[in-house]
Amino acid sequence: MSRLYGTQGWLFIGLASLIAFVVFPVLSIAVPQDSSFHLSQYWVTLLGKFMCYAMVAIAMDLVWGYTGILSLGHGLFFALGGYAMGMYLMRQIGREGQYQADLPDFMVFLDWKELPWQWWNSDQFWWAMLLVVLVPGLLALIFGFFAFRSRVKGVYFSIITQALTFAAMLLFFRNATGFGGNNGFTDFKYILGLPITTPETRIILFTFTAFTLIATLLLARWIVTSKFGRVLTAIRDAETRVAFCGYNTVHYKLAIFTLSAVICGIAGALYVPQVGIINPSEMSPANSIEIAIWVAVGGRGTLAGAIVGAGAVSGAKSFFTQAFPEYWLYALGLIFILVTLFLPRGILGLFAGKKP
Amino acid sequence: MRSLLFALFLSIAGHALAIDKAAVEKLAFGEADERSAAIAALLAEGDPRAAALLQAVSEGEVQTAGKRILIVAGEAGIDAVTGEKVAPLPAEREDVVANNRLRREIEGALAAFKLLSPERATRLAAAKALAGGADAAMLPLVKKALEKETDPDIRPLLELTASSMEINSGDRETRLAAIRRLGESNSSNSRTLLAAAAADADQEIRSAAQKSLREVQGKLAWGERAGLLFAGVSLGSILLLAALGLAITYGLMGVINMAHGELIMIGAYTTYVVQIYFRKSNYFDWYLLAAVPASFIVAAAVGMVLERVVIRWLYGRPLETLLATWGISLMLIQAVRTIFGAANVQVENPAFMSGGIQAFAGVVLPWSRIYIIVFAALVLFSIYLILTKTRLGLFVRGVTQNRDMASCVGVPTGRVDMWAFGLGSGIAGLAGCALSQIGNVGPDLGQGYIVDSFMVVVFGGVGQLAGTVYAALTLGFANKFLEALSGAVIAKIAVLVFIIFFIQRRPQGLFAVKGRAVEA
Repeated sequence: MSRLYGTQGWLFIGLASLIAFVVFPVLSIAVPQDSSFHLSQYWVTLLGKFMCYAMVAIAMDLVWGYTGILSLGHGLFFALGGYAMGMYLMRQIGREGQYQADLPDFMVFLDWKELPWQWWNSDQFWWAMLLVVLVPGLLALIFGFFAFRSRVKGVYFSIITQALTFAAMLLFFRNATGFGGNNGFTDFKYILGLPITTPETRIILFTFTAFTLIATLLLARWIVTSKFGRVLTAIRDAETRVAFCGYNTVHYKLAIFTLSAVICGIAGALYVPQVGIINPSEMSPANSIEIAIWVAVGGRGTLAGAIVGAGAVSGAKSFFTQAFPEYWLYALGLIFILVTLFLPRGILGLFAGKKP
Repeated sequence: MRSLLFALFLSIAGHALAIDKAAVEKLAFGEADERSAAIAALLAEGDPRAAALLQAVSEGEVQTAGKRILIVAGEAGIDAVTGEKVAPLPAEREDVVANNRLRREIEGALAAFKLLSPERATRLAAAKALAGGADAAMLPLVKKALEKETDPDIRPLLELTASSMEINSGDRETRLAAIRRLGESNSSNSRTLLAAAAADADQEIRSAAQKSLREVQGKLAWGERAGLLFAGVSLGSILLLAALGLAITYGLMGVINMAHGELIMIGAYTTYVVQIYFRKSNYFDWYLLAAVPASFIVAAAVGMVLERVVIRWLYGRPLETLLATWGISLMLIQAVRTIFGAANVQVENPAFMSGGIQAFAGVVLPWSRIYIIVFAALVLFSIYLILTKTRLGLFVRGVTQNRDMASCVGVPTGRVDMWAFGLGSGIAGLAGCALSQIGNVGPDLGQGYIVDSFMVVVFGGVGQLAGTVYAALTLGFANKFLEALSGAVIAKIAVLVFIIFFIQRRPQGLFAVKGRAVEA
């Protein structure tokens, strides 16, 4: 316990849990709708979304901030988790779709007669959960194995991960791939038999996301404070030297990259039922680069920074796209430039004082 | 149109020659099949009045009053059979309805009529349209046109059209002759017809058709191969143009410039603006002469400002450079949206860029693509000259190889960086100018090229101009050949996946710099 956080840190986590598990559910369900303390569905969904982003940011921080591998393909893992969940949610619609058919609407629209092989067993929740973990994990494992074994690193790695997510986006845009093409999945109705849009289901999803986020944070903290984590940091600072010390750096990098992809997949799976849509644009290279900027804004190599960064940038995005949609890209562009030029240690770096 | 037709009909009606009454009646009152037959019968005479009548039917201007068939225009009408003027119109009239099938048939028939036009251009256009596939009912008209036709461009087309109709005629000798003549042609239409005839019950026809089919297929296959080759070179030249600038900024200087695509876009928009200025003048066709240097200068200026303001603070930190330049690219996109609007803008080609040359059967090589290939070669040659023959090129290479030493002997490394980055950006601008001639120009133009450009440079080997050229052409060919096999999207994915695996096998690219500098 004390290895992970000091008293202050634990107090903070406790407070956050209290808010997420008690205060928010009460404000959203028990407080009447006309009360000014009522938490509307909009905010529940928005905060739930930010928490998913925060998980992705933690995953990114593990590989970039701690291990020095800048992946520009994390949006792909996030989307894959989302698609795995989306398949299950599509099957949950059952015959209540527009065409009242057993098959999902887009398949009826394409005049398909039966489910393609990718959809095997997709009506089972456990299978969906398995896919959420396995698909991003295996992809990262295989891709990472080839990349790290042949010592692809630095910018090269960034560029090929970007090409990977770009290729995947093109693939998912095709109708023939079997995942709804351009439109992806939407119009979900039920999850585990519960209607998906009611305040109760929303808040359950919200608290579950909060729980997963805190668990992810603690897991990541446990990793970076362990011996394993120290080796990762050493790889970031001087990979060749670590290799000469007798560590097989490929294994370390592969392990953290795969874990990071799995966290992204889980975040994606929690994101889809709350936001209600998943489509291939989630895989666009721009989304993946945005993940990197969350971490950079918050402060690389600090897990709390990743959460702060994800919240700050996504919050700004929600604000700008509503208030001044014209100026959001200017603001985001400026964030990218100013943070890299003037805030190499992110927002948290401002408070941390001189680096030891 | 309506009044023109009317006048035409009136003037023709002066001729006493009566139009086939039975056919006109069938056209107006008959069943679907009878009406088709009537069109053929009217056509056979090659009478211009029939053309006017058919046109009127397809435009819904023909009405019936009892037994009479009238072409109605406003308050007056003409009896379609006799050509007499009818006014006032009878009160009880019914429309002759032309359904889509009839309209289509009439359209074909009218096209065939144009074969008899005195204008050579009209005849040529009509012959070309018919060569694509024509109804057998038009055979008499085509034959009639053939008798008169002397033009060496039109005659072969008509002969081909006639043969493609005669191949399905009843007479065996005619069919055999038609099959032999089709064998000399090289259109994909003849291939379809011959393939059908090759399955005929008649032994002799079958073998003749198979022989002709082989000939046609041989010719077509060469055409297709040549077309594919050209498409590959064309795509390769575009990729090369897009990647050449990056080969300097990334390949030589090591700057990951994610805004490279946006510099291409700026070049394209510069061309657009120059084109607007030239639109009103008489020299519109020459606007590219101004647009090429303008797009170079504007993009180079933007690039140099970026280098001074942002990028030079980040040398030696490639990942940070990547993020900062991505931010720049977002701002540039939004800036263009603010200035020019989010929609695509229209860049008009100068006259000499439009059209193309017919190189092989069914393969047209567009001029715009040919010029772009030439342009890419010129740009490549200029870069080669700049890098090897000028003082700037010497400095750039010196700074690339050993910055400290270059600085020691008095090379102003900071300024060389700026000029080199400006050169790379300017070349991106040139790429934009070229791309504006063949594709849409919009704020997102650059986004489509950034992944491709990086792939080319990385695949070719960083720091290698020759590698970039080979990589661009290889990827261009690979993309086009795969596209022919499996469709565009799968081809693109396959190429990306191939490069991903390739880089993992050979992280240094196709042409690795030999030496011990494995890790900086």
